[in-house]
Amino acid sequence: MKYLCLIYSDESQWPKLPQSESEKMLVEYREFGEGIKASGHHVAGFRLHPTSMATTVRIRNGKLSTTDGPFAETTEQLGGFYLVEAKDLNEAIQIGSRIPGARVGSIEVRPVWEVPATLPASR
Amino acid sequence: MSDDAGDRVREAVDAVYQSESRRVLATLIRLLGDFDLAEEALHDGFAAAMEQWPRAGVPAKPRAWLVSAGRFKAIDAMRRRARFDASLAEIAQRLESTTDPVNWDGDGIEDDRLRLVFVCCHPALPENAQVAMTLREVCGLTTEEIARAFLTTPPTVAQRIVRAKSKIRDAGIPFQVPERGELAERLDAVLRVIYLVFTEGYAASSGEALTRHDLSAEAIRLGRLLVELLPEPEAEGLLALMLLHESRRAARATPAGELVLLDDQDRSLWNRDLIAEGVARAERALASRRFGPYALQAAIAAVHAEAPTAAATDWAQIAGLYDVLMRADPSPVVELNRAAAVAMRDGPAAGLVLIDAILGRGDLAEYPLAHSARADLCRRLGRTADARASYQRALALTRQEPQRRFLERRLRDLG
Repeated sequence: MKYLCLIYSDESQWPKLPQSESEKMLVEYREFGEGIKASGHHVAGFRLHPTSMATTVRIRNGKLSTTDGPFAETTEQLGGFYLVEAKDLNEAIQIGSRIPGARVGSIEVRPVWEVPATLPASR
Repeated sequence: MSDDAGDRVREAVDAVYQSESRRVLATLIRLLGDFDLAEEALHDGFAAAMEQWPRAGVPAKPRAWLVSAGRFKAIDAMRRRARFDASLAEIAQRLESTTDPVNWDGDGIEDDRLRLVFVCCHPALPENAQVAMTLREVCGLTTEEIARAFLTTPPTVAQRIVRAKSKIRDAGIPFQVPERGELAERLDAVLRVIYLVFTEGYAASSGEALTRHDLSAEAIRLGRLLVELLPEPEAEGLLALMLLHESRRAARATPAGELVLLDDQDRSLWNRDLIAEGVARAERALASRRFGPYALQAAIAAVHAEAPTAAATDWAQIAGLYDVLMRADPSPVVELNRAAAVAMRDGPAAGLVLIDAILGRGDLAEYPLAHSARADLCRRLGRTADARASYQRALALTRQEPQRRFLERRLRDLG
């Protein structure tokens, strides 16, 4: 199954991080990314620009409306994601827990909508 | 066949249902990979038994027979439905190619029950759904029984179960015992569900009945099952804790349903067998050196249980155990209990300082027992006005009828 691991954290804290810390984080992310590529779990993964770079687009009554900023104001913001291939939710949780951002923010693990699968058989 | 023989077979099927249906269900869930299919298959398996056992006799391995019959019926049903849903044909094919379990000797079936416990108590499910799923799937309670026990309606319980099953299916929650690295966290969730069922039965959080015995008995049964399947110190600690609480059931309320505090209980009413088992299990859990909050709480309950009179209670040991518990699993409620133990060891003034510190931080402000504990210490210190204010605060917060009557009595006694 495919799972999207959404990485949330308080983005206002990013610029306050000492340079040594943010460099360490980058190294950890690189190692994590290489690790899940090597293990075959990686499908895609990207870091996002902060929500101040976001534009929200809607069509209402056939009319385009474009507004500055994210869809919803929240205390923690989406900062990046990994799309992973995992055999079940437990494995996806395992992978999500190893994302460096799990230690400062939260990882939301969401199954990707597929043809309704049955409950995975035990090994 | 005579009616007598028919009755005997029906009784045999009933007996097998009582003792085996949850085990058969657990294995069918693993084989079929779906809760609803497995429940249907369980039903079909027993229907087949009712039909065939009177003619062919009760098989030597009824459990394996039922799994096999249920699985066969499920494959058959999938084949029929496959005309409308091609994916079912594939599943039916896969199922058929796996070996028929009819000749298997039942090894591994206990693993299926443990898998079922861990699926029902998966932390990705909301807590009330974990409770409902465990009672429904592991214990075999009906949705009506669960609703009655938790003072809610059957449709609410049914909806929680339906949603939980969808999440198990769509989010890919596996039918699996967690691996060693995840076991501690996952076991915590299982223990929490079992203890929640127990406490709900032991002291109903609202309403008239002080105890709902059936739920507590169900929780103890679950606790025993878990210890048998997974003998971890904390599982044993939880079972010990429940047994020790249960041992006091007859003494903790008057026949009229009035609450009796531990100090005032008639200790001759305590169940000695349950105490002996609880104490032995608590000691075993502590001896493992891998104990946690449940074993520690059981140890505290054991110290109370072993005191011949309230006055003879070893408060120094209890306060010491609360110190350890505060390090293992700190919470305001543990801190409150520790304060009460310190009050018994060092006097009410020492306990009051600690309770006022908790309330001063704003913790437990809405917790009636914090205010009644404070009231009690004020009363013992002769600070009647303070005692009255705190009893009144507790009274305003409690939702439990016996507790309300108890507080009213205390207020009257203050004069």
